[in-house]
Amino acid sequence: MHPIASMALKRLGLGLLTLLVVSIIIFSAVEMLPGDLAQEILGQSATPETVAAFRKELGLDKPPVERYFDWLGGAVQGDFGKSLASKREISDLMSTRLGNTLFLASFAAILAVPISIVLGLLAALYRNTWFDRMINVLTLSSISFPEFFVAYILILMLAVGYPFGLIWVLGLIGIWFLMEGIGSFRDGRKIGKTFPVVPAIFALIGAAFIANVFIGYWKPQLAGVTAFPSISNISPGTSFGERLERSFLPALTLTLVVTAHMMRMTRAAIINLLASPYIEMARLKGMSPMRVIVTHALPNALAPIINVVAINLAYLITGVVVVEVVFVYPGVGQLMVDSVTKRDVTVVQACCLIFAATYILLNLLADILAIATNPRLLHPK
Amino acid sequence: MSDDILLKMRGVKIDGKTGDDWLPIIKGIDLDLRRGEVLGLIGESGAGKSTMGLAAMGYVRGGCRISGGSIEFDGMELTKAGEAKRRALRGKRIAYVAQSAAASFNPAHRLIDQYSEAPVQHSVMDKNAAQEDATDLYRRLQLPNPDEIGFRYPHQVSGGQLQRAMTAMAMSCRPDLIIFDEPTTALDVTTQIEVLAAIRNAVAQFGTAAIYITHDLAVVAQMADRIMVLRYGELVEEAPTRTMLSAPTQDYTKSLWAVRSFKATAKPKPAADAVPVVSLRNVDAAYGPVPVLHGVSFDIHKGRTVAVVGESGSGKSTAARVITGLLPPSSGEVLFNGQVLPPNFKRRSKDQLRQAQMIYQMADTALNPKQRIRDIIGRPVEFYLGLKGRARDERVRELLDLIEMEPDTFAHRYPGELSGGQKQRIGIARALAADPEFIICDEVTSALDQLVAEGILRLLDRLQGELDLAYMFITHDLATVRTIADEVVVMQHGKVVEQGPKVEMFTPPHHSYTDLLLSSVPEMDPDWLTNLLDERIREGKPLSTEDA
Amino acid sequence: MTDTTNEPTTIIHRSANAHEAQEIDDIVAMADPTAASADAAAPRVEQESRWKTLSRAFRTAPLTAWFGMITIAIYIIVALFAPLFAPFGEREIIGAQFEEPNATYMLGTDNLGRDMLSRLIYAARNTVGIALLTTFISFMLGGFLGMLAATFGGWVDQILSRIIDVLMSIPSLIFALLALTVANTWIGRMDNPSPWLYTAALIVIMAVLDSTRVFRLTRAVAMNIVVMDYVEAARLRGEGLWYIIRREILPNASAPLIAEFGLRFCFVFLTISALSFLGLGVQPPTADWGSMVRDNATLISFGVAVPLYPAGAIALLTVAVNFVVDWMLHRSSGLKD
Repeated sequence: MHPIASMALKRLGLGLLTLLVVSIIIFSAVEMLPGDLAQEILGQSATPETVAAFRKELGLDKPPVERYFDWLGGAVQGDFGKSLASKREISDLMSTRLGNTLFLASFAAILAVPISIVLGLLAALYRNTWFDRMINVLTLSSISFPEFFVAYILILMLAVGYPFGLIWVLGLIGIWFLMEGIGSFRDGRKIGKTFPVVPAIFALIGAAFIANVFIGYWKPQLAGVTAFPSISNISPGTSFGERLERSFLPALTLTLVVTAHMMRMTRAAIINLLASPYIEMARLKGMSPMRVIVTHALPNALAPIINVVAINLAYLITGVVVVEVVFVYPGVGQLMVDSVTKRDVTVVQACCLIFAATYILLNLLADILAIATNPRLLHPK
Repeated sequence: MSDDILLKMRGVKIDGKTGDDWLPIIKGIDLDLRRGEVLGLIGESGAGKSTMGLAAMGYVRGGCRISGGSIEFDGMELTKAGEAKRRALRGKRIAYVAQSAAASFNPAHRLIDQYSEAPVQHSVMDKNAAQEDATDLYRRLQLPNPDEIGFRYPHQVSGGQLQRAMTAMAMSCRPDLIIFDEPTTALDVTTQIEVLAAIRNAVAQFGTAAIYITHDLAVVAQMADRIMVLRYGELVEEAPTRTMLSAPTQDYTKSLWAVRSFKATAKPKPAADAVPVVSLRNVDAAYGPVPVLHGVSFDIHKGRTVAVVGESGSGKSTAARVITGLLPPSSGEVLFNGQVLPPNFKRRSKDQLRQAQMIYQMADTALNPKQRIRDIIGRPVEFYLGLKGRARDERVRELLDLIEMEPDTFAHRYPGELSGGQKQRIGIARALAADPEFIICDEVTSALDQLVAEGILRLLDRLQGELDLAYMFITHDLATVRTIADEVVVMQHGKVVEQGPKVEMFTPPHHSYTDLLLSSVPEMDPDWLTNLLDERIREGKPLSTEDA
Repeated sequence: MTDTTNEPTTIIHRSANAHEAQEIDDIVAMADPTAASADAAAPRVEQESRWKTLSRAFRTAPLTAWFGMITIAIYIIVALFAPLFAPFGEREIIGAQFEEPNATYMLGTDNLGRDMLSRLIYAARNTVGIALLTTFISFMLGGFLGMLAATFGGWVDQILSRIIDVLMSIPSLIFALLALTVANTWIGRMDNPSPWLYTAALIVIMAVLDSTRVFRLTRAVAMNIVVMDYVEAARLRGEGLWYIIRREILPNASAPLIAEFGLRFCFVFLTISALSFLGLGVQPPTADWGSMVRDNATLISFGVAVPLYPAGAIALLTVAVNFVVDWMLHRSSGLKD
């Protein structure tokens, strides 16, 4: 068998094994909760006979190992049992919520991934210039902010009380772009004559955003002044367009934090790559900088960048929790936090399992993709 | 070779950035190169040879800058020409062959695509013509399967072959000048032969000028018409090869040449019934499921040096690990003064551990950078001999004197403040501190420059005489063996191929592998390589272990 | 805040992967001795004293690093001397709900009528103190196990690594929520539980979870050191495990470990704040920045920025520590250029 296929299968197997062990941990954790489940559901006023009968019905009289397999078996088919608090089937709750969370995560990912890769690439190419240093400070700050901080700032600026918030934000961003553009011109010698295009574009975008601020005061409609909702009221009936608008702020919050990480890691990966001897060899063969990047660096950059993206997407799954709570977004994260507060343990179990499974799956994907893009394994001896 | 000067470098000054300061690496060197001429640049590490080679292309590595002088290639002043012009030259008229082919080939592209890149991008040939040219050149450089080897990826090809492929790639645009930067340093001595032959052929066939950078004197003697000796970024001496070999003028040059003439003091043979200090009896060893040693047996007697020779993968270092107990053998035993040692070092007594000491190849990793010299040497003194305080300090001073390093200057220093040779001496002192009977020297001079290595060898010889130490000297360098060995053990693929007193080893007849090994060591005769190749072809012997 | 730096680089061993997270690479490289020996032929100079190296480092530090250090210093002073700075008590109710800032209450009052400013100041002590303690414990635990795994190798290493791998396969926030639910329910059922029990549970759970990352890094750093010849030389001498860890490995690992401590602190700090924000971390009435954000969250809908103060306090400290650690990493990698 091709070595990639065999390694991938091995990874898959180990990943599933890990998931199994994790499910055992989750189940055991809930098992360790004090008190009696049946009693909790029926409440204090129930008679001992009713409780006993209910226990039998729930299957609580079976030994833990058997219950674990029952639970696992059900989970694999999508049946997580009933919620303690609402008595509804968890799978009902889960299906819409999971869909919502995935929608939010995808929204953030679509915004974040291209921006991170492009910025990371540029920062690596323009290493140690003004451009790079500014980005470094910005991203370092961004990864230091708790999600709720970013979320509330965005709400203040874009949702509540400051209808002009958006163009002001764009204006600020514009100033930053302008500074980058001008700073890069000053650094011209370091970059060489090859990429004056990029600083120019940045400066132009910056100027445009700043101009927009003035337009905003003169003719608000023209400048795109709008307020986003601070609470995401999404229900199955919401149209796609409305969904986008109501999820914009939570998605933006996630994007801002994830982009910073992804960008830093991409930058590091590319810098690492550019220090390789074969890159120097390509230069010594007289290849143009563009060709060196595109033909020599990028094919080898695929593996580390995919790795970076996959790792950060795995993060999105967890970052989603706080963001969903702040914006009251109806996703799995918010469900989990609610259930934890209400001590709705069956739901907590189910949410944990789903999060863990997604997390493990994404890391597994990263592993497998890293293998698949390794030239030594693609073309074995 | 015409009188036409291809490359003219005058007063070239290059600085390198360390920390916040610019320190000079090249301090004003003149260099002339004619068309078709091969110039050898030799010097010890840090002399600036690579930097000069790259400067010939108008290229400096990151953290370096050209701070003065002129570099004129075929009439064009490189320091004033723009980057675009310089780029047009590189790969097309000046090519570079790096030290490590494995690292210099892009792992994501086939060899042939990397070959044709330069000609196509510089508009010398179109892709098809370039691919045919590649096959032709691979054939000329005697690569196996020249028609299909180009379609492999770098990791699918062996080291020596890759080096030749890189040479081929350098020739793809038929450049006027090729810079060879230590192309055979990382290769085994038997593989080296092939690559040297290939390079010399190619250069001669195409009439290319070349700058051959190396620290190996014998190699440069084979390849170059003229030699320049560099030291600390300055030119020491320059002369045609034969002149420089026979009559060097500068003291430094003379000392480089004289290195190989040092011979250890002769010793009487041991008595026939003398119990050897260390003895291996039929040792088999394996790393997990992979067998590494097969039936290895040899003896080391008191006061004598046994050189264990072999190429990479021969098992010589593994034999050392078995002796020290780091790798318990799967069968066979190790005896010390006639007594069987416990196979695992953890089961040995402190005294048993004390008797056998080891000196390592890389001084950087052999000494703890966060410990002062007096602690590095003092710890074994305290641990084994139980000396503390004053007595310990006294002993440390004695040891430093023994290795010819001034105690007051060095005792309080850290390894980072010492040079490579000094660090190696500290390694020796650390071994001596245990008052052992037997020392394993694991490639202790391989990472050092010639002069420094000679100093270490002299020191070891003297100590052996004074302290009656037995040495197991592991090396791949036959010149060192010739210098210091009393007995020689030749290993290949984990087996002892031949062993005996040195004199016997260096006179024929030999085992065929020993023959190959011995004859592959470059000599200081400029005709050596030519003669060797002729002889091997005549007698139908393999050219290298890769083809053997 | 995300901690992707020490993500399971493999759920299963990812051995051939050329790229690990940037921080782990940089941090591990800080302990590499072969990088220090530069030009063999250059004349050797006496190593400058540590004082000199330090003072030169400070002089050349960039603005961001200075900002970071000063900020950290301010936080430490406020945390240590909180009662001196705070005008009112931590739990004192002195006014009505959500009063506007005025001369007496410089930042207004919170949802129960307590002085915002005082609570912010006391929270410095609590939040930073808890995070620091947690990081310390996690370092001791993870660091010790990591060294053990690297030094012993073999099955000790295998077993420990497998366990850690599995623990790292669950995202920490989720795992923390789960574990805290269980712990808090248990504590809640006790007779008259002290609020400090909840905090203790928080500290223990976070420390255990975070120690997995510390284990990863310590093991990576120690493994690089353990393969050095000088460690082998010490082993062959017959030195005991404790000596090897203390004298051979630790001094060479100190630089990366210090940097990692900073990063771990940030992660722990942000996660605890997030947990408090979600209601599972530090319990009221203890002043804690995360909980304060939660308590005053409703003000946001009125366009009042009050919840941003505690959140900002969290952000500022984390930024400061990150700046300083970034500078440390930059310096050590710069020395190799």
